[in-house]
Amino acid sequence: MTTMTAAGDAAHTRHHWWQHRTLSRFLRHRLAATGLAIILMLTLACLLGPHLLPYDELTVDLRARFSPPLTQDHYLGTDPLGRDIAARLLMAGRISLLVGFSVMLISTVFGTLIGVVAGYFRGWVGSVLMRIVDAFLAFPSIFLVLVLSAFVEPSPFMITVIIALTCWMEIARIVEAEILSLRERDFTIAARLSGASARWIMFRELVPNAMGPIIVAATLTIANAILLEAYISFLGYGIQPPLPSWGNMLNSAQQYLADAPWLAIVPGITITLAVSSFNFIGDGLRDALDSRSNLP
Amino acid sequence: MPADVMIETVALKKHFPVRKGILQREAKAVRALDGISLTIRRGEVLGLVGESGSGKSTLGKTLMMQEPPTSGQIVFGDTEISRFSERLLKPFRRRMQMIFQDPFSSLNPRMSVGDSLTMPLRFQAPDMSASARLDKARQVIETVGLSGDILERFPHEFSGGQRQRIGIARALITDPEFIVADEAVSALDVSVQAQVLNLLTEIRHRWQLTMLFVTHDLAVVGHIADRVAVMYLGKIVEVAPTRELFTRPRHPYTEALMSAVPTPERRAHQRIMLEGDIPSPISPPSGCAFRTRCPYAKPACADSAPPLDVRGTGHYAACHRPELELASPIAT
Ligand SMILES: Nc1ncnc2c1ncn2[C@@H]1O[C@H](COP(=O)(O)OP(=O)(O)OP(=O)(O)O)[C@@H](O)[C@H]1O
Ligand code: SF4
Ligand SMILES: [Mg+2]
Repeated sequence: MTTMTAAGDAAHTRHHWWQHRTLSRFLRHRLAATGLAIILMLTLACLLGPHLLPYDELTVDLRARFSPPLTQDHYLGTDPLGRDIAARLLMAGRISLLVGFSVMLISTVFGTLIGVVAGYFRGWVGSVLMRIVDAFLAFPSIFLVLVLSAFVEPSPFMITVIIALTCWMEIARIVEAEILSLRERDFTIAARLSGASARWIMFRELVPNAMGPIIVAATLTIANAILLEAYISFLGYGIQPPLPSWGNMLNSAQQYLADAPWLAIVPGITITLAVSSFNFIGDGLRDALDSRSNLP
Repeated sequence: MPADVMIETVALKKHFPVRKGILQREAKAVRALDGISLTIRRGEVLGLVGESGSGKSTLGKTLMMQEPPTSGQIVFGDTEISRFSERLLKPFRRRMQMIFQDPFSSLNPRMSVGDSLTMPLRFQAPDMSASARLDKARQVIETVGLSGDILERFPHEFSGGQRQRIGIARALITDPEFIVADEAVSALDVSVQAQVLNLLTEIRHRWQLTMLFVTHDLAVVGHIADRVAVMYLGKIVEVAPTRELFTRPRHPYTEALMSAVPTPERRAHQRIMLEGDIPSPISPPSGCAFRTRCPYAKPACADSAPPLDVRGTGHYAACHRPELELASPIAT
């Protein structure tokens, strides 16, 4: 008869999809691997650093005002109130990174939801949803964020929500395009012809197959969100002092650029490092998760 | 209707609107199915052949009610289902299933074999427990010649032939009566093709299945089908018992198709190749749609569409020239 063992002519040994190929391809991407290392170190430093440093971020020491970096144990110097910049930078990092990750979560979930519903139902549902996406995209996000933040209390939570409101559209578009092609694949048709519910088809058949592009877009969203937060805080509409954020540290550095340039340089470099690292990680993931190069 | 009919279509049409520009409304349409009246008896395998673009897949999908037909009827068992909503169709979905062509697209790459197999049961047998579903999956996976312990594995771990077996198992798991197999072996290596074809033949007898077996490969259809329907530009041009069709084709298009099958006696260069391209299904020729490529066409063929007429026991052909003596590759 036709009995064939499971191992039979199978070309592959047993492993999960994300093992081996994807991971090694990601790590081969030098910039991406470096970016990942930087983000891990930065996150770790922000989590643990404040407990290890001799000063906390709010302690004012007027005798030590404007100390340049490496003055005694003020490793990164002090600010106009004599507060330790290293401590402030790491506490600010907690807020900026938290805003970045939260925005990523909110806008990825929301954008994916909109994209999958628009792509699965198509028709007028899809048209209406995608026109809303277009409408949001028509405004430059900086403009949108500034208008919105002018109306609300600038707590970290509200800032997160506002930035998320301007970051979900790209993901919605990517997901919709992906779903439109996946819904024509035979496995989706098989589910439909078995009477599967819309929910099952959307979240068990379609979304898992769109995870690659979603993860890439989500990573790039973190970079975008950190930059936006820094920008609006720099303009004074974002996270409010005394709570430190990388953006408002830049803001308060403005008046002392000539005398105490480290006040601007330290958060400036940190923002650049964080944003480019996330962008590199995104690029690396894009190559590593590319479904075309993943085919056996 | 006689009790031994599984599925019947009456003047079935499926047109796909072609929109030109944004404002212009459906001016023209691709007539993928242009009046198909066909009966498939319980327990038989009907082969469906024709060139690419003749509408074979559309017929299969429309019988499955993937999308509602433009007009005409589909009678499944004794129920007319062609106007049913998805909700009304749900109980029928258990009874008809589909086997797909591409084994790399027919299984969800992110779903384990077990989840793919039990998926139809979740919706067609909601009372079944998860472990009962898995037992059933293990049982069907063994019927298709694979081992029951592969349920936790993923599609990429299997070869094309094995995946096709998994796809067949998924189609069988709801104990369907009717199966549409659309080019079910075309994507496989020739050696694997024979194995899967044998499997389908075996299953079909064991489960007393009714099948529409879509293929462009006449050799394959000769192997499995009891009757064969030949399709051209959205119409059935000839239907006959398999052996009869091969020995005594009665439609010039069938003759031309069969001449394209290489046989040991006839070398490639001796084939009567089909002249010219298949006309656009948006504006098929008047009268007999095949007349632009038919070597036997006469002026009258442009006037009216030939009806599907009786040419023998169970043998029908749609041609204005029943007197033609047509060649057969395996004429006895
Ligand atoms: N969803 C659709 N929208 C528009 N046109 C379609 C659609 N599906 C099929 N068609 C058209 O209908 C005609 C018949 O297509 P169909 O896929 O049924 O042919 P086929 O006989 O299965 O061909 P093949 O052997 O290539 O699979 C073709 O002209 C095709 O372009
Ligand atoms: S009707 Fe005329 S054109 Fe059509 S197949 Fe017969 S002979 Fe050829
Ligand atoms: Mg087809």
